[in-house]
Formats: sequence, structure tokens, C-alpha cells
Amino acid sequence: MTDAGGDGKHVIEVEGLKTQFGDFVVHEDLDLNVERGEILGVVGGSGTGKSVLMRAIIGLKRPSAGAVRIFGEDYYQASDKDREAIEERWGVLFQGGALFSSLTVAQNVMAPLKEHLNLPEELVRDIAALKISMSGLPEEAGAKYPSELSGGMKKRAGLARALALDPEIVFLDEPTAGLDPIGAAKFDELIVNLKESLGLTVFMVTHDLDTLHATCDRVAVLAEKRVMACGPLEEVRKTDHPWIQEYFSGPRGRAALAHKASEGMS
Amino acid sequence: MTDSAASFDIDVRQGVLKLAPRGDWRARFLGGLDDPLRDFADDSVGRDLVIDMAAVERLDTVGAMMLQRTMHSCTSRTSTSEFLNASEAQAALLKQVESHLDPCHVEPLHGNIVVVLIDRLGRGVADAYFASLEVMSFIGLTLSTAWRVLFNPKKMRWTSTVYHMEEAGLNAMPIVGLMSFLIGAVVAFMGAKILRMFNADIFTVELVGISVLREFGVLLSAILIAGRSGSAFTAQIGSMKIREEIDAMRVLGLDPMEVLVLPRVIALVIMLPILALVASVLGVIGGGLVAAMAMDISPALFVSRFQETIVINHFWAGLIKAPFFAFVIAIIGCFQGMEVEGSAESLGQRTTLSVVQALFLVILIDAFFAMFYLEIDF
Repeated sequence: MTDAGGDGKHVIEVEGLKTQFGDFVVHEDLDLNVERGEILGVVGGSGTGKSVLMRAIIGLKRPSAGAVRIFGEDYYQASDKDREAIEERWGVLFQGGALFSSLTVAQNVMAPLKEHLNLPEELVRDIAALKISMSGLPEEAGAKYPSELSGGMKKRAGLARALALDPEIVFLDEPTAGLDPIGAAKFDELIVNLKESLGLTVFMVTHDLDTLHATCDRVAVLAEKRVMACGPLEEVRKTDHPWIQEYFSGPRGRAALAHKASEGMS
Repeated sequence: MTDSAASFDIDVRQGVLKLAPRGDWRARFLGGLDDPLRDFADDSVGRDLVIDMAAVERLDTVGAMMLQRTMHSCTSRTSTSEFLNASEAQAALLKQVESHLDPCHVEPLHGNIVVVLIDRLGRGVADAYFASLEVMSFIGLTLSTAWRVLFNPKKMRWTSTVYHMEEAGLNAMPIVGLMSFLIGAVVAFMGAKILRMFNADIFTVELVGISVLREFGVLLSAILIAGRSGSAFTAQIGSMKIREEIDAMRVLGLDPMEVLVLPRVIALVIMLPILALVASVLGVIGGGLVAAMAMDISPALFVSRFQETIVINHFWAGLIKAPFFAFVIAIIGCFQGMEVEGSAESLGQRTTLSVVQALFLVILIDAFFAMFYLEIDF
């Protein structure tokens, strides 16, 4: 399902990005490309601006310099209409799910459908049920309010809403943070599964080494205000940068690697 | 784009229904096809169905779901019911949605409306009953804490108390004073207009004096403090509750009643009478100013008449009420803060409740005082 726009290979192109809060510069001269159909994991220490980068790409934090091109279109220069067209083609999962608390899960999923598409109510309900089920939530969850859900269920519900419009790109902000290891592994599996069957491009901010190993095609490491390394995990791990070395070769990094290796053998 | 819209053809071949969807089967183009496809599915229950995907240019989960739904409504699925000519991606999509076709509820189930209303009424009454019991026990807990601290003054949090005296009392003084000044002026204007009809202008002094000293000064201060500080107490304590700070205090052996509640209660009980005093003075000044400007009552006349006719009892009758109002406002503010559970919505609800209940109780107590004063001729 390739679509017109851009050269078709890079769905997101970030060029010379500079973001700042007052005098505090978060990113400077940052370049990053996301290829169609890949899962890109963005890692970095606390405060390196992973979430800020995501917010800059999805239009919530206006960069002070540089360009963000989505499907070949400069998001911050685009007209309102073009911008809305882009927004229909992406879905975002915020860290806590960011579900609307006054709506049930199903109504949350239906909200973007009702806003953007002119479909009969019955079909919208069916679509909501489909997305909720695809996100791995039980049927009963549809009629529940966000306050009645556990953290993991909230993330799944948030993912269902992010997938409502059949987006081409999905942004995930720390999808497995706060989940127990079993829930996190299931969520990883779900993301890979959906990416394969729906042909999604996934931009994922994460801290979780296991998630990186389990899901990501490429990894981008943020440090010193820019992308220090970007590529398949094996390559990035070899990069000679103290933070990268410590991150991937520390005890947790090695454990995740060993786990991956033992899985590969069995 | 003429070919972008979605459509489908139906055709029967050797007793087998054949559905041939065509075009762009993505959600945005499918709104008009939902009903026809449902009708078709209803008509073809129990028959063999072949869906030919050859002419489908694009497919998303919604299109795949609608096709799978149609396929599944044919109950007797035999080997002849199948998707034909599906590309690899389309087949994957069709497979992905196949196990997720069950509908789900959108809203929680509601029972009979009458039952729900009666249920809600019953809950409301029961909640009010239990809430009043809880407030009583909270008052008891506060008083016993105060008693304990009285005999062990080292436990008194002076810094916190003084901070709240400044925050809730001193900082509120300008607005309380201004409001009372304006109300005093308004009362004088009204009195001037009506009393003039009876040639009794001079009674404006009594009108302003008695109403401001007995009621307006203290009542306005209390109302303003309930809105300003009662809600702040609920929000402060409530957000601490949400962040588990209260639990942390308990675990560390700090008594939240002692650390949070008592300083706030004491601060308000001390400061509200002072605010009421300031409000009364400014209210009388406002009335006097209007009397001087709009009527022929000079300030000198106003003051001498005031001294002659307004007995000190009016002043005390007003001021005595202030500590009671303050106590109720602080107690309700802290109590509602302690009742906050979990989420930010709860904090918002509790803050609203805190102000509403505090205002209600202040006015209720004021009415009791009025009746009491009437009985004892004060």
C-alpha cells in the first residue's frame, strides 16, 4: 500500500532540526530519516529530548530551525488542509495512553473516525470493535471508562485509537514503560504483528532494551543534541561513543542481548 | 479520480454467489457501501460465497473487515466459500481482521430508567448520610489532635501556620476589603433611595452600620475565603494525596492531621476574624462615603450618629461568627482534600464540592446564629 508523496522510501525526513525551550537548546542540527515499513527505535539518556523529537515531528513542538517532512511534505510550512491530510495518515500513542477520560474506550476509538470520515454509525461501531480487538483488548473493554483500566490496557486502548484511521505511520512514546515484563513482551509482539499485517511504519521512543531487540529494524541514538548513530542494532552497538557503549554493553544491555541470542538458538 | 470510489458486483455462477469488490476499499470511500453490503449479507445467509479480490486496488482494515463480515454471515462455509485472487498483502490483512469481527459494547449498559433514578436517589441520600458522619469524625479527629498539640506545643507547626496565615489571610485582605467597601456603598445607595421617600435619610447610617457589622463584613469575608482558601486547601492536600505524599508521611511517622490540617485550621480561625474586622471597617467607610456624596450627611454627622445609635453588640454579633465560619471552611477544605482518590478528575470534583459545601454550611450557620441572637435579644 504505497502512497504518493515523497520519494516513497523515506516517510519522515528530519533535516537540520533545532528545538529549544527558551535558551536551553534540546536539539541542534539533527538529521533523521524513517524508511517506509520499518520500526525505528529512538533511544537516548534521560533529558536528551527523545520525546521532544517526537513532539517536533508530530507538530506539537515547533522547531526553531530546520524542516520536518512527512510523506515529502514540510509539515510546518504546509497549509491547514495539507496538514490535516497528513494528520489523518498518522496515529500517536502517548505515554499514558492519553485517552479522553469522559469517553469510554470504544467512544475514544470512534472519536477520530467520526471527526475525519463520514461513515454510518453502525459501521463506525464495528470499526471500533475491530480496532479494540486487534489491540488485544477483551470485548468488555469497549464500554469501560479509562479510569477503570489498568496501565497496560490503557496503552492498548491508546493504540486502538491511534490505529483508528488505518494510519501509515504510528508514533509510540515509551510503549512498554510501566508494563510488567510479560505485558511488555506481548505489546512488542502486538506491534510487530500489526506492522507486518498492516504495513505500518513505526516511530518508537523507548528505554526498553528488550523492546529494541524484539521489535526494531533500526535504532537511532540521541546524544549531544543530535543523532549520534542510526542503523541496525548490531551496527549501532559497535559505535565508539561512551554513552552507546555503556547503554548496550552494560549489564542490562548484555542480558537483553543474551536473551535474544538464546531465543534465536531455540 | 473516477476509479477511486469503491463498488461491488454480484453474480451467480453454478449456484455459487460471487461478490466482486472493485476500486479503492478504504474506510473513507466505504460509507455508502455499508448498508448495501449488509443487505446482501442478510439475503445470502447460508449460501456459498466467493469473493473475487482481483479488481480491488487498495484495501485497509475497514474494507477487509466488511468483506470478512460478509463472508462470515454465510453460515455454511464450505470449501467453495473463499477469497479469490487476493494479493499477498490483502490476504494478510483479511487474515488479520478475521479473528476480530465480534462487536463490542460502546457504552456501559444502562438499566431501566426508573430503577436507575431511584437507585441514584438512594445512593445520594446514603452518601450524604455517610459523608456527614465522616465530616463529624474528621472534626473530632482535628479537635483531638489540637488537644494533644496543646499539651505538647513542640508539635505545633508554626512555620506552616504562619505561612497559611499570610497566604489565606494577609494576601486576601485587599480583595476582601475592596469587596466589602463596595457592598457598603451599594447598601448606602439603596438606603438613600428608599429612605428618602419617607424623609428618613439619616437612617442610612443605621442601615449601613447594622447590616455591615452584623452580617456583610463577616459573611462576605467567609464567602471569599471559602472560594479562595477552602478550594486551595482541597487542591493542595488532594494533589499530595494523589502523589502518595500523605501515605509517605504516615509511613514516616508524621501525622497528616498535625502537619497539614491543624496549621490550616488554626491559620484560618485566627485570620478570618481579622479579615472580618477589616471588612466591617471598610464597609462602613464605603457607606459613609456614599452618604457624604449622594446625600447631605456629612462625615462628621455620620460618625456622631454612628456612635449614638450603633451599640457595640452589633460589632460583636458579627465578629463572634467569624471563627466558626473559619473552622468550617478549613475543615471542609482539608476533609475534601483527604477524600481525593487517584485521579485528577477526583481532585476537580472534590475541589468543587469543597467550595459548595463550605458556602452552604457558612450560610446555614449564619442562619442559626441569626435565630439564636433573636432568641437571646442580642
